[in-house]
Amino acid sequence: MIVLNDVHKFYPTRSGPVEVLRGVNFTLAPGEKVGILGRNGAGKSTMIRLVSGVEQPSSGLVERSMRVSWPLAFTGAFQGALTGYDNMRFICRIYGVDFSDKVGFIEEFTELGPYLREPVKIYSSGMRARLAFAISMMIEFDCYLIDEVAAVGDARFQTKCHVELFERRGDRALIIVSHDENYIRAHCQRACVLVDGILHHFSDVEQALDFHGSLMTA
Amino acid sequence: MSDQPSGFTFRSSARIQCDVLWALILREIMTRYGRHNIGFLWLFVEPMMFTLGVTALWTLAGMHHGSDLPITAFALTGYSAVLLWRNMPGRCVAAIAPNSVLMYHRNVKIMDIFLSRLLLEAAGATISFVILGIIFIMIEWIPLPEDVFKVLGGWLLTAWFGASLAILLGAWSEVSEMVEKIWHPAAYLLFPMSGAAFMVDSLPPEFQKVILWLPMVHGTEMIRDGFFGSRVTTHYDPSFMALVCMILTVLALAFERKISREYVVE
Repeated sequence: MIVLNDVHKFYPTRSGPVEVLRGVNFTLAPGEKVGILGRNGAGKSTMIRLVSGVEQPSSGLVERSMRVSWPLAFTGAFQGALTGYDNMRFICRIYGVDFSDKVGFIEEFTELGPYLREPVKIYSSGMRARLAFAISMMIEFDCYLIDEVAAVGDARFQTKCHVELFERRGDRALIIVSHDENYIRAHCQRACVLVDGILHHFSDVEQALDFHGSLMTA
Repeated sequence: MSDQPSGFTFRSSARIQCDVLWALILREIMTRYGRHNIGFLWLFVEPMMFTLGVTALWTLAGMHHGSDLPITAFALTGYSAVLLWRNMPGRCVAAIAPNSVLMYHRNVKIMDIFLSRLLLEAAGATISFVILGIIFIMIEWIPLPEDVFKVLGGWLLTAWFGASLAILLGAWSEVSEMVEKIWHPAAYLLFPMSGAAFMVDSLPPEFQKVILWLPMVHGTEMIRDGFFGSRVTTHYDPSFMALVCMILTVLALAFERKISREYVVE
């Protein structure tokens, strides 16, 4: 389970604190797949960060009783001076996973070959995306947080991602932040819409998309 | 799986803590020294070069330090202690921003970044001190330390001082850019006053009282007392230094706590 209870988040700015989340309540059961919609700046990424534990709420409670991933984005958080292998080793170490078990998967998934021994800073954005996604699939979680999975990479890469995330890990919970209506429709059982820091819940994805659509045209 | 939220035990948490610190240390070694030439050996070769250079300079300059001690013993004890307390804050000031992305992984905390750098820095300075000490003793430039435990005590106090100051300044530098600007001249100016280049006993009595307000002077004097206490008069008070370190530690932990709660990952 993931439970957010009356969560508020303030960020300091030059013109005083800004309340990005105003009392968000949210529950996610194991295996549930939920979409989060909202305009730019509505607080979607902030919510994902609080769920993942990267940042702390200003007030309210965030409870995690399942293994929750870091916010997955295809850009990846790499140390450019280190090689692909070194970046992988680092992630394995901090999650207490044996690196040698994962090398085969990484090599096969990324198809980076000898580039895995080169510093990540020489990678193209497509190569980085492949490495980042492979690394996020290297650690097994009960819930994956997917922040704005834009259409990155070619069709082959997209298919492989689909297989790893939605087929092989079809039983896991997902929280997906996206502007892509079809993506939310295809993968989510229900959806929420963030409007000015307040979370609106919809048990039906189409209702959420309609509500979101009406906000965008308003 | 290490990241199991339900059923946290002290053991599992300690395990995660060690995994994270070890990963950060290895990562820091890789980014700083890479796999080229002598690699991680630079960790202690670099401070050794500093100490050797200072020893050579002081010997050539025929530096007067108010006792009949060989300059080598004087430089080794003094300059090694400086490297220990001065490099730790140097590595922790402005250390958070370049490592911001690592905190996307919830087990990596600001404190882990500080601790991994402190452990590396302390290890580098200590290994350099020990290796040079052994070499100098073997070629009979300096005698064996008279009291190894006093040397160890002075060294540990100096390390504690450096570490608590480092965390305090490291956390503070996240809030104010002034800290980074001021630390560099401050560290430079504190060096000649830190007891590395003089024995407290050789100072005028009024000045001794003033200089003994600086905590690192006590650590350096204690190390020298342990090395060659029967040949010099040293002035130090371990309880004073420990008290200062305690206060710095409390402030440092409070500050670190505050910025950790409010930290916004890039």
